[in-house]
Amino acid sequence: MPDYNWPPMDKRRVIGKPTLRRDGLEKSTGKAKYSSDLKPPGMLFGALLTSPYAHARITSIDTSGAEHMDGVKAVRVITPAGQEVQWEGTEIAAVAAVTEELANDAVRKIKVQYEVLPHLVSEVDLAKAGNRAKAAGEQVTGDPDKAFQEADVVSEGTYGIPVITHCCLEPHGNVVQMQGDHVNLWPSTQNVSGIGGDLGKSLQVPIANVHTRMQFIGGGFGSKFAADRWGVEAGLLSKAAGGQPVKLFLDRATELQIAGNRPSAFAQIKVAAKKDGTITAWQSSSWATGGMAGGGMPPIPYVFTEIPNKRLNHTAVAINTGGARAWRAPNHPQASFLTCSAFEDLAAKLKMDPVELFSKNADYTARAEVYRAQLQKGAELMDWKKRWHPRGESGSGTVKQGMGLAVNTWGGGGHASQCRTTINPDGSVIVELGSQDLGTGTRTVITMVAAETLGLPLGAITLRIGDSDYPPSGASGGSTTVGGVSSSTRKSTMNALEKLFATVAPALSTTPDQLVAVDGRIQMKSNPSKSLPWQDACRKLGTNKISEMGENNPRNPGGLNSSGVGGVSMADVSVDTETGIVKMNKFVAVQDCGLIINPKTAESQIHGAAIMGICGALMEERIMDQQTGRQLNDDMEFYKLAGIDDIGEIVVHLDIAPQHDKRGVIGLGEPPVIGVIASIGNAVANAIGVRVPHVPLTPDRVLAALEGRNA
Amino acid sequence: MSSRNDSEAPRKSKAGFSRRGFIRGAGIGGGVLGTGILEKQALAAPPAEGKFVGPGAVPITLKINGKTQTLKLEPRVTLLDALRNHLELTGAKRVCDRATCGACTVTLNGKSVYSCTVLAIDAQGKNIETIEGISNGKPHPVSTAFVNHDAQQCGYCTPGFVMAAKAFLDHNPNPTYEQVKEGLCGNLCRCGTYFGVRQAVLEAAKQVKGGRNA
Repeated sequence: MPDYNWPPMDKRRVIGKPTLRRDGLEKSTGKAKYSSDLKPPGMLFGALLTSPYAHARITSIDTSGAEHMDGVKAVRVITPAGQEVQWEGTEIAAVAAVTEELANDAVRKIKVQYEVLPHLVSEVDLAKAGNRAKAAGEQVTGDPDKAFQEADVVSEGTYGIPVITHCCLEPHGNVVQMQGDHVNLWPSTQNVSGIGGDLGKSLQVPIANVHTRMQFIGGGFGSKFAADRWGVEAGLLSKAAGGQPVKLFLDRATELQIAGNRPSAFAQIKVAAKKDGTITAWQSSSWATGGMAGGGMPPIPYVFTEIPNKRLNHTAVAINTGGARAWRAPNHPQASFLTCSAFEDLAAKLKMDPVELFSKNADYTARAEVYRAQLQKGAELMDWKKRWHPRGESGSGTVKQGMGLAVNTWGGGGHASQCRTTINPDGSVIVELGSQDLGTGTRTVITMVAAETLGLPLGAITLRIGDSDYPPSGASGGSTTVGGVSSSTRKSTMNALEKLFATVAPALSTTPDQLVAVDGRIQMKSNPSKSLPWQDACRKLGTNKISEMGENNPRNPGGLNSSGVGGVSMADVSVDTETGIVKMNKFVAVQDCGLIINPKTAESQIHGAAIMGICGALMEERIMDQQTGRQLNDDMEFYKLAGIDDIGEIVVHLDIAPQHDKRGVIGLGEPPVIGVIASIGNAVANAIGVRVPHVPLTPDRVLAALEGRNA
Repeated sequence: MSSRNDSEAPRKSKAGFSRRGFIRGAGIGGGVLGTGILEKQALAAPPAEGKFVGPGAVPITLKINGKTQTLKLEPRVTLLDALRNHLELTGAKRVCDRATCGACTVTLNGKSVYSCTVLAIDAQGKNIETIEGISNGKPHPVSTAFVNHDAQQCGYCTPGFVMAAKAFLDHNPNPTYEQVKEGLCGNLCRCGTYFGVRQAVLEAAKQVKGGRNA
């Protein structure tokens, strides 16, 4: 068996070198075709009719007006009379027509009568949740009562982080063609290899008959794994229309209402400590929602899991809103926010520098040395010692500066992935995986691994992804793609190279184990002058190509990938105490990351995570109206995202070092987003001297907190 | 919790008023109009050139990327939908669909516009330039700079960003860092690529003819 191990750090020619993304120019010239850009011959436009009510029973539905329109090719009832809808945006009916305008007109002709039922759309005030609130059993560790009695200091606070949406720029949707029991699916998905199985099951066709293709996806962030209602309906509309393809993508309002969101988390938290900052006890009563399924308890206390005395209570609240989906590091941003906010408040009460408090308690974490080193590194990059001040001691001006920090942890690793490498007698190399590039740089990383292994330039590798006909590769979730695809590609290219060595060895009068592939040549390890150019070596294959598989088995990654990281976020903000506006000055991310294949795209991931966190800290929240049961900000004007001028300076430090590199590839799409909100919340508290209990830190909330202090 | 009967109109039914419906209505000089202050103003305003067209498809002549093309479109069709659905120029993306995010940015007579909020019929007689037009043959320096500074991830906002940056540099060939941040605040990115965008636009400024740093 070949030695699949990654080459030693100092021997790598491609891996570890900052490399421009391979598909960059296709995107920046507008040539990249997303599924929402496609228009296969005969394509019809689909449109959905959705519920305007958060909770209602459909008493009648009349589609005849739509059916009789010229150009309307199919009309389907999705939720028939007699059924209840549980949230605004629920799919009621769908149409397919020859133009998009006509499809939207047809939807307006469908007459639906509703019996409106009582709804609950807000969980912020638990007292109003009534029977929608379901308490979980209390969890107790150690003796929290005794620990709180004996504590030198007890800090208490209430904290809240709202539901936010994924707000993918390319909305959820697909183009689907169903002819008999054969289906062509062009989705926007994080799951090219798996989504066809999901759709095939719903459409009751053999899974082998579903052909999925997707070259580009305009954002997913955890919300695009399943075939979804709109996939199934597009298929059934296509079938009803005689097999013409149907394009069905959500409009922005529906996207924000039903295509996934991050559950909220609220908590009353009490922390006990000794005078020196050693935490002795944690008590929390938390509640959360992710729609009608309620919301689970985030993993609190976060990272500092070994606090000896704990009492945890949690209540899930079911509300009439679209359901939650995995949102970049599910439950971790909430956990980090609740925990790190409570710790910062404790540090303030002790008049202690939080860097010191977090370091002091690092033994409660699974990776004390990593966090201590990162806190130190972050403080250095932040000029913390010079710029930090005790809470509220930020001078007499109206604009107050402050700093805060938070921590993250994540698993990552490598998902199940298979790769096929073909070496042709003309020297061309084709690498195929049923994977997808979410914009994370997956194409680039796979190409780099193949080029490294085969000793070829990047341009010599033809990479094919985004097609369910290629060997299956896992869904892109949990930061496991880079670990999975890099490992399967490493093995597959290595296996193919072994075959080539076997063919070439006689020509070089040696044995295959004596050969290496370097700089476009196959040469002898002991005598580099004895070599063949790649093309000549491949010509020895005659008329036979080499085709070899490689597989990453998540249960046995063989040292190529592993899981488990830590990281630290630090924020420096200015708060205008007259307007309540929070301005980002600087953000520092220090991230433990294992072996980094492409530092360029890895850094971009962390920049992106930081900016996404800034959005969540300062702007983003789904706002529901209890009177109407509807989302008030189901558009991008009032569902706010940060712009180019809202983000301040961002500094990224990747913990690239031999001791981390030897852990193999880990993946970092998710961890750097986790602590951003908490660190900014803490920086604002540090700046203005009081805690703003709920994020996002909008001017009204900041001013309210300031007024509370003055009152 | 609250309950109410169905006689209360929902906030914004598919049949009701929307900003998009308003601009479309205004564009055809009084087509499908609902109720509200804005519509009343629209009714009071005379239709462009006093000419009524539609609601069916009418010939619309557009000059796109230097090429004149005549399409048969309903007057309510936006420029963005004309490009994407009828001309397969899909570089401009439909994201917010109401002039917030900039993913649909094209230029009209050299000025960047949100094509989701321009009716195709109103774009007649103007020079329309799309990402495809500036990417014919050699990539535009802005596109290249976006690659060099990794100013894109999923890439869905990118063509709009590139067009906005191109138009910005055409009018501000030698911008400062602060001007770049101000000049491009009309485009939103969800992946968080702004850091690279800032660098890319500054680099492109050096490459684009007319820049003092060229």
